[in-house]
Amino acid sequence: MTDMASTATPRPRKVNRLGLAMTEYKGLPSTLCSGCGHDAITSQIVKAFWEMGVPPHNVAKMSGIGCSSKTPAYFLSTSHGFNAVHGRMPAVATGAVLANRNLVCIGVSGDGDTASIGLGQFCHLLRRDIPMVYIIENNGVYGLTKGQFSATADKGARLKTGVVNSLPSIDCCALAIEMGCSYVARSFSGDPRQLVSLIKGGLSHNGACVLDVISPCVTFNNQPDSTKSYPWAKEHEELLHQIDFVPYFEALEEVDYQEGESRDVRMHDGSHIRLRKLERHYDPTDKNAALRMLHETRQKEELLTGLIYVNPSSKNFIDILNLHETPLTQLPEDQLRPGPEALQEVMQSLM
Amino acid sequence: MSTVSTQPAPLEPLSQGQDRVVNDFSIQVATANGSGSQSSNNVLMRSIFQMGVPISGKNLFPSNIMGLPTWFTIRASKDNYVARKKEIDILIAMNPETASEDVRSLEPGRVVIYEQRLKLSRLRDDLIFYDVPFTKLAAEIVEEARLRKLVANMVYVGSAAEILGIEMSEVESAISKWFKGKAKAVSFNVKAARLGADYVRSNLPKKDPYRVERMDGTRGKILIDGNSACALGSMFAGVSVVTWYPITPSSSVCESLIEYLEKYRINPQSGKATFAVIQAEDELAAVGMAIGAGWAGARAMTATSGPGISLMSEFVGLGYFAEIPCVIFDIQRVGPSTGLPTRTSQGDVLSAYTLSHGDTRHIVLLPGSPFECFDFAGQAFDLAERMQQPVFVASDLDLGMNNWMADPFPYPQRPLDRGKVLSAEDLEQAGEFARYKDVDGDAVPYRTLPGTDHPLAAYFTRGTGHNEQAGYSERPEDYQDLMDRLARKPQTAKKLVPQPVIEGPEGAEIGLIAYGSSDVAIQECRDQLRRDYEIETAYLRIRALPLTHHIAEFVSRCRVVYSVEQNRDGQMGDLVRLEVGAEAAKICKILHFSGLPLDARFVTNRIVESENGKND
Repeated sequence: MTDMASTATPRPRKVNRLGLAMTEYKGLPSTLCSGCGHDAITSQIVKAFWEMGVPPHNVAKMSGIGCSSKTPAYFLSTSHGFNAVHGRMPAVATGAVLANRNLVCIGVSGDGDTASIGLGQFCHLLRRDIPMVYIIENNGVYGLTKGQFSATADKGARLKTGVVNSLPSIDCCALAIEMGCSYVARSFSGDPRQLVSLIKGGLSHNGACVLDVISPCVTFNNQPDSTKSYPWAKEHEELLHQIDFVPYFEALEEVDYQEGESRDVRMHDGSHIRLRKLERHYDPTDKNAALRMLHETRQKEELLTGLIYVNPSSKNFIDILNLHETPLTQLPEDQLRPGPEALQEVMQSLM
Repeated sequence: MSTVSTQPAPLEPLSQGQDRVVNDFSIQVATANGSGSQSSNNVLMRSIFQMGVPISGKNLFPSNIMGLPTWFTIRASKDNYVARKKEIDILIAMNPETASEDVRSLEPGRVVIYEQRLKLSRLRDDLIFYDVPFTKLAAEIVEEARLRKLVANMVYVGSAAEILGIEMSEVESAISKWFKGKAKAVSFNVKAARLGADYVRSNLPKKDPYRVERMDGTRGKILIDGNSACALGSMFAGVSVVTWYPITPSSSVCESLIEYLEKYRINPQSGKATFAVIQAEDELAAVGMAIGAGWAGARAMTATSGPGISLMSEFVGLGYFAEIPCVIFDIQRVGPSTGLPTRTSQGDVLSAYTLSHGDTRHIVLLPGSPFECFDFAGQAFDLAERMQQPVFVASDLDLGMNNWMADPFPYPQRPLDRGKVLSAEDLEQAGEFARYKDVDGDAVPYRTLPGTDHPLAAYFTRGTGHNEQAGYSERPEDYQDLMDRLARKPQTAKKLVPQPVIEGPEGAEIGLIAYGSSDVAIQECRDQLRRDYEIETAYLRIRALPLTHHIAEFVSRCRVVYSVEQNRDGQMGDLVRLEVGAEAAKICKILHFSGLPLDARFVTNRIVESENGKND
């Protein structure tokens, strides 16, 4: 399959390197509200998986409970999916990924699912650096229960009903970095080009990838003064850099940028993330700088998007546990059950 | 329907004029938690075991790391009775905090071996006292204070051995085994034991009737705790994902499992592991990971106790409804809430059986011995995958953490049963796949694993309502069909779970029903009833939920059935009553819920009282 590596730059083609059309990466029709930010994210997930040529049967789609957690039904209908319990998707994903290390795992969660009920599991998933793409479809509000604030709602934010949020918000990106996550990005559902590159970057990464995507709720939280609305996000979005993604199976084009204008990050699988400098100088491999930047932009009420932090050579939990190369689920009985002499030895020691 | 309440049972009197009581007594060692008495207690127990005398060792410990009182009870029984015996025959008093109370609670004629400085002989004139200057003797061997305390414990082992007639060579070999041949530790502990024995020989003439004499009751036996047995059973069942959160009394299931796995399941050349162990952030995550791994196709387990079961409730409902295999060991302790975290109970029967909201029913295996811990652990993994549901193994603190004799476990003969899993080839041949369709009429559908390379393989797993194709559905018929099918699963499970063990004569009017760690006390109780009261009993030991047809048949042939269990409400008794319908009035509950292991005399007395009451 890699012999297609010689073909030129990514131009949307009818079929990907596996010979599959993009429709084969789609799912059931969405049942979310028309105009929901989540559907825009779903489209980019489809596109990213198709363009990367990920075999759909190898994908595990995980989610918790909430509007966002319904979306795995809307992409990759020939992949196994698991709609777990509220806030507990990280545990289920951890078990599945350890059981079968060959799975390409994507989790979709919301701000309630991640930052409130699931905050503990979210943190521990990242501490373990479980290899998966974890997308937070962040709208600052509980949709399915009809419009209560979530823990990512900004202090002072006002709902359509007039209720004002008096508590500070949780910054999922800053938290993820603190917890040891090795790939942290923020994006906006209204910026498909950036989003698709970030998802592909996550798929090339050997650890946990958190994408905090502002995804406005058109029904309960899209009034212009809401910091999670389309109008606000469009007006306040600050791009850290222009992002291009060059997968390992395509040639990396040499580009003649001025010194300091561009930076390539080589990912675990040999793909490259190419970051083109905008106004600011930013090094996404510098953890302290990443945290500083998040704090500063938050104070300035900017919606900073882009690849905030990456450690392309991180060791994930599978590496740490030194698991067998064959997925545990595929080990034959003679590897799972030690022989009679082992039992004999234990029994002898207990006599 | 009567319920016999818990009353203190009368103590077993020491027969008058007995000058020799051989291989039939109990020793209680009273020390402080964290004083290193675990080594000495185990050495003393093992020395008697090596003399060929059947023993059991039970640790009564506080929820504390250091300082609070702890008691270790060794029962030696030539007749193989290994249940807790309520009466203490020999007290070894090392702990000043509890010494007076411990001495006061003894029956007349019993023995006290004690630290000389405690001056306990002043407390009673109807006991046999041996005073030994343990600490002073220990000081002859080591100077350092902390070490002296540890060594003092081994001095009492030597003294007790001398008084009881345990051969010093057995004490020495037990020391060597415990300290795994570490020369220095072995050397000064042996010295300490000898010193204790020498002191007794030179200063204290034998005044009591208790003796250990060599017999042949333990040849080829092992000493093991139920938690290690569960761990071994799991390893030989091919467990590959182990998730846990530490909680007494279940932690040692996973701790021993880790030890075994690291020894036997890591490739010595590559260093690669055929297992993943994850210490989770809490019990919710632990069971969630096990469910994720079970879904993906691994043999997955977690181990916990009551509070953990409560936390796992939501996930276990998901496992039931979405039909995902995993094994949950519940090593029961006293609840509700934090309860008595270091005491034993059978209080989780109903909650494990019906855990989670909505209509749920789980398979619960109830091992009654270390061998069954080993065997049922293996069966639990087969059942979980065969039935596609969470399976509980409900043990308890007494079975799980105390020392039990057993025959060596035989190597499992049956290959692993991985259940109804369709491969890509199977799918190609079948040409269709509906995840939740009852194809075989046994209520158990087929499943596929993520990663299966076939266009038909994928399905969506969810805790929401779903149809046969695993599609989201709120249609009333879909929901009802699904729930009806799940309700039929126990019919299949009943044929696969360990069947009850039924003993005793066909014609016995009095029946006993019990389960789990109660078994040894029930066996002894039945002998007491036969020997002391000429009462014959039949006995049915439940080994799993759901209950099987044997229960109704058993109750039907008895005049009265005493349902004995270690909880306040008689949870199993209620299930039995539901099962037998019109004959429910025959079930009489005998309930022991002090947190201490069940003792035979308690049950015997309850039955005798109840039977006498009937004859009045």
